[in-house]
Amino acid sequence: MYFIDPKLLGDVVYQAIPTLACVLPDDVLTSLTQALQTETSSRGKLVLSQLLENAEIAAQDRVPLCQDTGTVWVSLEIGSDIAVTGEVFSQVNDAVAQAYEEAHLRKSVVRDALFDRTNTTNNTPAFCDIHPHDEPGVARCHIMLKGGGSDNASRVVMLTPGAGKQAIVDEVLACVRAKGPNACPPLIVGIGVGATFDKVAGLAKQALMRPLNEEAPDEQTAAFEAELKEAINALGVGPAGLGGNTTAFDVRVKTAPCHIAALPLAINMGCSAMRRVTVDLMPLIRAEADLGGAHV
Amino acid sequence: MSDTVHRLQLPLDKEVLKTLRAGDACLLTGPMYTLRDAGHIRLLAELKEQGSLPYGLSGQTIFYAGPTPPSANRPFGAIGPTTASRMDFAAPALYEAGIVATLGKGRRSEEVKRACVETGSVYFASVGGAAALLAKCIDTAELISYDELGTEALRKITVVDFPVFVGIDCQGNDVYDV
Repeated sequence: MYFIDPKLLGDVVYQAIPTLACVLPDDVLTSLTQALQTETSSRGKLVLSQLLENAEIAAQDRVPLCQDTGTVWVSLEIGSDIAVTGEVFSQVNDAVAQAYEEAHLRKSVVRDALFDRTNTTNNTPAFCDIHPHDEPGVARCHIMLKGGGSDNASRVVMLTPGAGKQAIVDEVLACVRAKGPNACPPLIVGIGVGATFDKVAGLAKQALMRPLNEEAPDEQTAAFEAELKEAINALGVGPAGLGGNTTAFDVRVKTAPCHIAALPLAINMGCSAMRRVTVDLMPLIRAEADLGGAHV
Repeated sequence: MSDTVHRLQLPLDKEVLKTLRAGDACLLTGPMYTLRDAGHIRLLAELKEQGSLPYGLSGQTIFYAGPTPPSANRPFGAIGPTTASRMDFAAPALYEAGIVATLGKGRRSEEVKRACVETGSVYFASVGGAAALLAKCIDTAELISYDELGTEALRKITVVDFPVFVGIDCQGNDVYDV
């Protein structure tokens, strides 16, 4: 049995944040470069070239890709041989506060959504969750800096089973048409289908973690993703919503069981600066255990 | 949409605004003001109380933006447009009071379009997510008011060749419908 030291998790988050804020992930950069070749609109091409130049400047000068450096999402996946205590996330907020200050990132969190909208001034709290697995040897930390504009363009809809797949397609297209321009296209559209009202949004967010160069887990999902991507890009929303055939880099679908009465759908928009990383914690945990600290 | 890029001097001349069409590419040079969500609630309250725009905002351009702190020897490490529709509640009143242009991203309401037509004003859209690039176009920044709002404070900035597109022109044409 291995144990995750809260300090290790804090260190991982602290290390990840500045790079996420300033360096566009390789898979997104590749898609952006390819889009410039395939985009048909001259305005769309101009937008894409601005985004490419932006990525270059941000990486070179170590400045944020986007002024909205987001809220921090930390999601832990742990296998059957990993033990955590309730305080596993206790160092994460300190890590966020320190990283946001040192890297000159924007603090975008208010104390309470309804009753006290004063800024917490250090971008905490982070939003954290944990997912257990039955198999051993899994310890992954997913980190995402999520912008407000793309989250605001997202939605949850409780469809009826009889409405079926077409209703999902219709909802996704309606959402991209109405809200896509606000979410900073080219988008990565994360789609969750199934589970319950509270869980379906989580599925859509988790879906955004699968890199653009990684295949869907099965053929049905791959085919549905391809169908949705084609339909979305036929809308003409285009880069920055200013017209063109590159509205989405790709679509990511994650499905789950659900109630016989239900067809829950969540659409979580990912912007063109899709800042996320998955860190494999196993090597770090094993190294710590070898030092005699964390093996219980 | 014309292929030429309009080079525009801020504060904007309303006669020049008449020549712009939705979708046109422009480069802005001169002073403008950053303000977003919480700041609009404050500004609207002051406008109602005083009957006119405070802080010398009459004739000026409002950029819907909340920048990051200074970095790389620039006034802001990154600055870019936020979703303009969240400021739709305030925009018609501000256009009527003398704001001549707003700058953000995304679609606006019918009320905003109507206000642009009635007051001869425009809405500019710039590229969301190009904030490191746009930060290189900022020459100076000065805090004007609402300091306690942090990134949402009212700031006067001067920009050089800041790239935008005409989002809504004086005739009510909308780039997002083109």
